[in-house]
Amino acid sequence: MSKVLVILEVAAGKLRPHCLPGITAGAEIAAKIGGQLQLLVLGADPSQAAQAIAQAGYGAAGVLTLAAAGLEPFTAEAWGDAIVHAVKTTGATVIGGSASSTLRDALPRAAALLDAPLVSDIVQVKSATTFTRPVSAGRALLDVQVNAPIVFFTARGTEFEPAQPGAAVDVSPLPAPTVDVRGVQVKGVQKTESSRPALTEAKVVVSGGRGMKEGANFRILEQLTDLLGGALGASRAATDAGMVPADLQVGQTGKIVAPELYIAVAVSGAIQHLAGMKGSKVIVAINKDEEAPIFQVADYSLVAKWEDAIPRLIELIKARRSA
Amino acid sequence: MKILVTVKRIPDPDESLKFGATGLDYSASKWVPNAFDEYAVETALRLAEVVGGTQRLAEVVVLSICPENQRQHVTQFLAMGADRGIIVDADPDKLDTISVSKLIAAVFKKEACDLLISGKLTQDNEGNQVPQRVAALLGLPQACFAAAVEWDQTGRALNVSREVDDGVETKRIPLPGVLSVDLRIVLPRSVRNGSTPATHAYNEGPRLASLKGITMAKRKPVAVLKPADLGVAITATEQNVAVTAPPKRKAGQKVKSVEELVEKLAKEAKVL
Ligand SMILES: Cc1cc2nc3c(=O)[nH]c(=O)nc-3n(C[C@H](O)[C@H](O)[C@H](O)COP(=O)(O)OP(=O)(O)OC[C@H]3O[C@@H](n4cnc5c(N)ncnc54)[C@H](O)[C@@H]3O)c2cc1C
Ligand SMILES: Nc1ncnc2c1ncn2[C@@H]1O[C@H](COP(=O)(O)O)[C@@H](O)[C@H]1O
Repeated sequence: MSKVLVILEVAAGKLRPHCLPGITAGAEIAAKIGGQLQLLVLGADPSQAAQAIAQAGYGAAGVLTLAAAGLEPFTAEAWGDAIVHAVKTTGATVIGGSASSTLRDALPRAAALLDAPLVSDIVQVKSATTFTRPVSAGRALLDVQVNAPIVFFTARGTEFEPAQPGAAVDVSPLPAPTVDVRGVQVKGVQKTESSRPALTEAKVVVSGGRGMKEGANFRILEQLTDLLGGALGASRAATDAGMVPADLQVGQTGKIVAPELYIAVAVSGAIQHLAGMKGSKVIVAINKDEEAPIFQVADYSLVAKWEDAIPRLIELIKARRSA
Repeated sequence: MKILVTVKRIPDPDESLKFGATGLDYSASKWVPNAFDEYAVETALRLAEVVGGTQRLAEVVVLSICPENQRQHVTQFLAMGADRGIIVDADPDKLDTISVSKLIAAVFKKEACDLLISGKLTQDNEGNQVPQRVAALLGLPQACFAAAVEWDQTGRALNVSREVDDGVETKRIPLPGVLSVDLRIVLPRSVRNGSTPATHAYNEGPRLASLKGITMAKRKPVAVLKPADLGVAITATEQNVAVTAPPKRKAGQKVKSVEELVEKLAKEAKVL
């Protein structure tokens, strides 16, 4: 029976939540090809995390592990080798996962070594061999048909439901791979610390643009964000100017978000920004320029300066909450 | 040091799209360079030059897979300062990613390059995979989504800050190697080569071609190769079968005040 392999990422012994939509995409493909879904956890010692994942099962037939010291810290070089090894030992024909920076780095490497195509950022599984993906900053949806014995995919997190826990399954270790980091050294990740929910998982996102003028002015957006229990986002202009860290950028080259409520403040609405937030359920735009293109996608448009609108907005929401 | 920079021509992203039967119709498009590849060329030039001196630390070769007669973008990059060009004469929209990556790897090998610099993605196709694939095919290390790079000339290595989902990763790769660049690589202090004074701040963004550069570009050599010259067998593992416009958002409404906005968000949209 053909196998679909979904690659998972773990941190502190636990599955990282952004992987859940990738499992769903893998399950849909497995259903279309009449195959079996397997989850793969890799790392220096992935057994504990794998056990926890296997408890939840997520609708898969089993959890596989690959252990090698060279797999931590993450490098695309070692992960590429390990994934190739997993494909060869399991005979998997479809391999993928959520389109995270990790898998976008490692999967193309593995695909190239196996002479396999990779369809990036799929949003829909049309058939066993046809996947839909957005192109040109989300302005078109292309159906791509692949014709190859082995196929790779990455799935856009906002377009597949997070996989739900189900029946527990078994963990099977695969024979250890030989991995080569090709002389690279990872010095570490400087994480953006935040007590807020992850941008890609938040129900509310408040984004600021160049019109916020300087980093200190984002404080007021943070107040609004925290009042709504959301995550803070930004446009490229705001991140490039160093007003907020780069990983808060929403758009074609930043995070793709689809919260229930997206509030864009002093963001003009360039197509590259829209590409990252057009899928939001309710969009509010606050901009002083009534011609700003962001208003064309907004459900509620307010022409105002943020200096006037945001303090009032905070005040009124607080008043509602205490009423 | 020899730096190969891959550059793609793309349909102008500001044009409205024309939907064809199985894919987008670019027959009447105006072609422009992929913005990320402009950043890649700028990165290579910053690594190669010594600001304040005349010395050059590297040769910068731009490579494009494109129809031979549509090389405007290559000329543009030569005018910007690249030393020479290589064109692999083929329509990239008719090639699969496997073939594009193999052609680039073959040129890298043939030219015995030390570093490949690519954009992180193409704005039209958004594949986000070619440089990673080339690195794998050549068995080389990679630093993708680079926001800053520092060249350690004595150690023959690059120290790279990469933008990842939850922050910035620092990775050191020995050369030869592969770099893919993100937006922030063209901020004033993102690229350091150890020879240009560390106090130097560049203008933000890719440099404009000077008049002299434009004149000189016409005299710079551009080699034209066919895929067969590189010994690459073209495959066809991907095919576009349909294209649609994403669903339009229904028309929104203007609110006159913050009061009205809060009222509607609470009662109508039910999100407060
Ligand atoms: C290859 C490429 C990739 C890109 N990727 C991304 C991406 O992923 N994400 C992204 O966001 N951009 C991206 N961009 C950049 C994009 O094209 C725009 O330049 C950017 O989104 C503009 O940011 P902005 O809206 O904050 O700034 P601007 O376009 O300058 O808009 C600022 C807005 O603020 C308003 N304003 C000013 N003062 C006030 C005030 N006091 N109160 C209220 N409103 C005010 C103005 O009316 C204006 O509309 C990309 C560009 C390229 C070329
Ligand atoms: N036809 C091409 N010619 C030259 N370089 C290309 C071509 N296609 C892709 N590339 C390079 O690969 C990078 C990533 O492309 P992609 O994986 O398609 O998003 C681009 O930024 C280019 O540098």
